[in-house]
Formats: sequence, structure tokens, C-alpha cells
Amino acid sequence: MRTFVNQCLSSRFAKPVAFVLALLPFVWLVGAAALDWLGANPAEALERRTGDWALRMLCVVLAITPLRVMAGLPTLAKFRRMAGLFMYFYAVLHLLAYSWFDMGFDLADIAKDIAKRPFILVGFTAVVLLTPLALTSFNRAIRALGGRTWQMLHRLVYAIALLAVVHFFWMRAGKHNFAEVAVYAAILASLLGWRLVQFVKKKALQTPSMPGRQLQK
Amino acid sequence: MLIKTNGNGFNHPVASDITERAHYENRRALLKLMASGAVGAGLAGWAARQALAQGTDLVQPPGKLPALAVRPSKLAGAAVMEKPTAYKDVIGYNNFYEFGTDKADPAAHAHTLKTSPWSVEIEGLVKKPGKLGLEELLKLSPMEERIYRLRCVEGWSMVIPWVGYSLADLIKHVEPLGNAKFVEFVSLADPKTMPFVGSRVLDWPYVEGLRLDEAMHPLTLLAFGLYGEVLPNQNGAPVRLVVPWKYGFKSGKSIVKIRFTDKMPATAWNKAAANEYGFYSNVNPNVDHPRWSQATERRIGEDGLFAKKRKTLVFNGYEAQVGQLYAGMDLKKFY
Repeated sequence: MRTFVNQCLSSRFAKPVAFVLALLPFVWLVGAAALDWLGANPAEALERRTGDWALRMLCVVLAITPLRVMAGLPTLAKFRRMAGLFMYFYAVLHLLAYSWFDMGFDLADIAKDIAKRPFILVGFTAVVLLTPLALTSFNRAIRALGGRTWQMLHRLVYAIALLAVVHFFWMRAGKHNFAEVAVYAAILASLLGWRLVQFVKKKALQTPSMPGRQLQK
Repeated sequence: MLIKTNGNGFNHPVASDITERAHYENRRALLKLMASGAVGAGLAGWAARQALAQGTDLVQPPGKLPALAVRPSKLAGAAVMEKPTAYKDVIGYNNFYEFGTDKADPAAHAHTLKTSPWSVEIEGLVKKPGKLGLEELLKLSPMEERIYRLRCVEGWSMVIPWVGYSLADLIKHVEPLGNAKFVEFVSLADPKTMPFVGSRVLDWPYVEGLRLDEAMHPLTLLAFGLYGEVLPNQNGAPVRLVVPWKYGFKSGKSIVKIRFTDKMPATAWNKAAANEYGFYSNVNPNVDHPRWSQATERRIGEDGLFAKKRKTLVFNGYEAQVGQLYAGMDLKKFY
């Protein structure tokens, strides 16, 4: 089973298929907007759904490494960059939808709004922090930065995950409606928690200095 | 120079100055024809306003639910000269948390609501407490069509042709005592027919309240219908409140109890987040909600995707009618 999945993932069609799948929400939203399928308030629907998809892509990105390790699927690694860039794509669309539909691209109004409303500030910060990650996602940038620096920089995604959940929580707090927020928070917390456990385990392995302590492998 | 004074009275010196009856009647017929959509959509909107401005025409019922006998309202401010929001949006985009928090939820789930038999309990500081059946309420005063703006605290708005009568008619009927200062409105909270009752989003039942003078204001409507027909369930059937100068959540739906008190009622959203939802909650572009601006709004179905949002009006445009209720009050403090 595992070898079969690995084989599928390493097929030359795997990446194009993943690309099309990740693009489907965008295609759907554009089509639905054009056909007036988004209900009474299409602007709000586009703002919310692009945000939803940015969050979902964030979950996908952060799920790749735990899945790769736990399920023994090394081929998953090559999808990480694409997923990350799609998260950025939907996050930028989300920001764009807000700037356009809510603020009419009035930069002064947007600046005022960001300063005034903490939940907008948090969301905006998340997109700003994502930008250097997207800009350094290609191979030459990784080489130029050096693997270690690159990895340090890209750990920003953990902070971004936190900001994204805070942004969502704060938006929903106005209506006391936390059910969906809790789902995303739980998923992201377990994905980040897994990393924390790995980190602690690794630390324990690296420092076998306690006399008499036996490490089990 | 010919100077006319009041002493001249209402007279026309030349017969040809007077528009012939046939002509002005023709104009009205033409306007009605245009309003019915026989001409382009843009013109239809203008003609609809003109036809309404004559105060004799009612919004065309969509023919989906039982119709109500309605007359146009003569009250100042009771018929805004703006295009009513499309029926499908009025009944498909609702906040009615008893049926779910998504705005499509009420339309999807409210069919379970049982609106008959229905009665409203009158309680508290009144001479005539007791239960009023829906039939009695429907007959208490003549039904009027009131075309009000509705501004949601979330930043969107609609124009809705409601059917009902001034709540003041009911209040006078039950005779509040001298020490009654506030009116509390309690909505139905039946977990069997309302799937979201019991969720922790709000304290159930949904409670709203007004100061007695606000409740007595003629614009405060006890509504039984919209678009000439009985209220669809998702809009708060069979009887609800409509307070057009306040954010939408102040207008309780599916009301089962009206209580007269001397203390300011603890209202549902105020209990949930007092710093965000005040007791008054008058529409005010100058007082922002802590997490979003109230300066602008999006008119559902009209302001296209790429149009800038429109400016929100003080008291939702009803300042001339209701401003004096709040004379001398600091509206930033009493939000």
C-alpha cells in the first residue's frame, strides 16, 4: 500500500494533478461570481471563501512533513513548495478581495482600517510575513541563502499559522461563533504539536550527556 | 409685476394653466406601467419611486405566501424612496441565530418553525396583562406597508417593504402603568423546532428591549408580513419587531412575550459582549464597532462587487423622525 502511494506520488502526473486540484477553488469562485451563484452578498462570500482556502492550504502545507514521516511517504516532500505557494496565492486573493470590495482600493482608507481594527492588522501582518517566504521559494534563493538560514526564515510559517488563527478567531468573536475556528485551531495545534514533540525528542538524542541514561532507539 | 398674496387663494387665472385630468391620470398609468418593469430596469427603479411617492401604490406581492390586506402608510418617513431589495435576497440572506449562524441557514432550516397557533404574552407593568392570540393581534389595527431601510451591524443593508402597524397601537391597547420605562421583547426559543437554540453563541431565549418612548415612536413597527404577504419563517414569523433606525439585531423575531419594566432589560447581544453591542445600538456611522467600522455599508443586490460601499446615515436616515428621542444624549457613550 505504502509503496503504491509512493509510486503514485512520484508519477510524473502527480504534480500537475495536485496543481489543478489546488487551483479548483479559485476556478470555482471566479465561475460562481460570474454566474451570480454566491448569494445575496457576493463580495462578502469572496472575502470569506478566499480566507477559508488560505487557511486550508496552510493546514495542507503544515501536514506534509508529519504525514511524510509518520506514513513513510518521502515523495510528499516535493509538494511542499507548491502547497506553500498556493497558500500565499489564496492569502493574497483574500487581501485583494478585502482591499477591493470593502475598501475600493483606497490606500488611505486601508491604512486607517489596518491601524484601527486589530483583527485586520493581524491578518495583514500574516500576509506580509508570508511574502519573504514566497519570494525565497525557488531553488536559487535556497542556495543563495544557505539551507540553514533558509530553514530558519521559513520557520516563520509557525508564527503565521498562529496569526491566521488569531485573525479568524477575532473575526468570529464579534458573533461568538467559534465552532469553525476551533476546528482549524485544533488541526494547526496538532500539526505544530507534532513538530514540538519531534524537536524535544531530537534534543534528547543530541545531548546524551546524563551519566547512566540509556537512550532507546 | 404681478404679486400674488394668500388673499388671492388657490385660483388659476387661465383655464389652460391647469393640467387636464386625462393627462395626469395618463402619467400615473404610465408610471405604473414603467414600474411594473415594462421598460428598462434603470427606468423601472425611478418609476417605482415615483409611483410610490404618490402614496397609492403598494409593492407587488410575489405570490408565495398568503397575502395580507394592506394600505400604504401616511406616516412621515414610512416609505423610503429607494428601490426595495429583491424578494429572494430578503428571504434568503438572514441572521436568525436560532436556525444557525450562517446567513443561508434560516432559509434552509426555518421551515420547522410552527407559527400556528401563536400567542404573545403581555407581562409586567401594564393594566391589561395576558395572552393575545395572533388572530387578535392581526385585527388590532389596520395593516400598513412600511418601506424601511434595514442596516445590519455587520455592514450590509437592505430596503424592505414590511407589513404591520405601529407598536404604539398595541402598547396603548394594553395600557402601560406610569412606572413602566422599558419594554422587553422575548423571542421563541424552542429547541425542538429551532436547531441552534442551546448553542453557546447566545443566551436563549433571544431578548431585546427598547425604552418606552422608543417603543411608542410611530416608526417602531410590529410587523406581520413583508412584500404584501405574511412573514416567511426565516424573517421572524409570525410577528416581529422592526426598529428602522437601529441595527437589525434590535428588532426581535418570532416574538412570544412583551414585558413592561422599570429597569433596562438585559438584551441578548449586550449580555454576550457589552463593549460591542450597547442597549441603544442606534445606527451611527460615527461610532464604530470595536472590531469594524460603521461608516459605510453594502446595499444587498445593488452595490455591485466593485462599487465602493455607500455611506451609512445617522439613525439610518431617520434622524428627522427620531433624533429628538436622544436630544442631549452622548451617543458615543450610549451606543
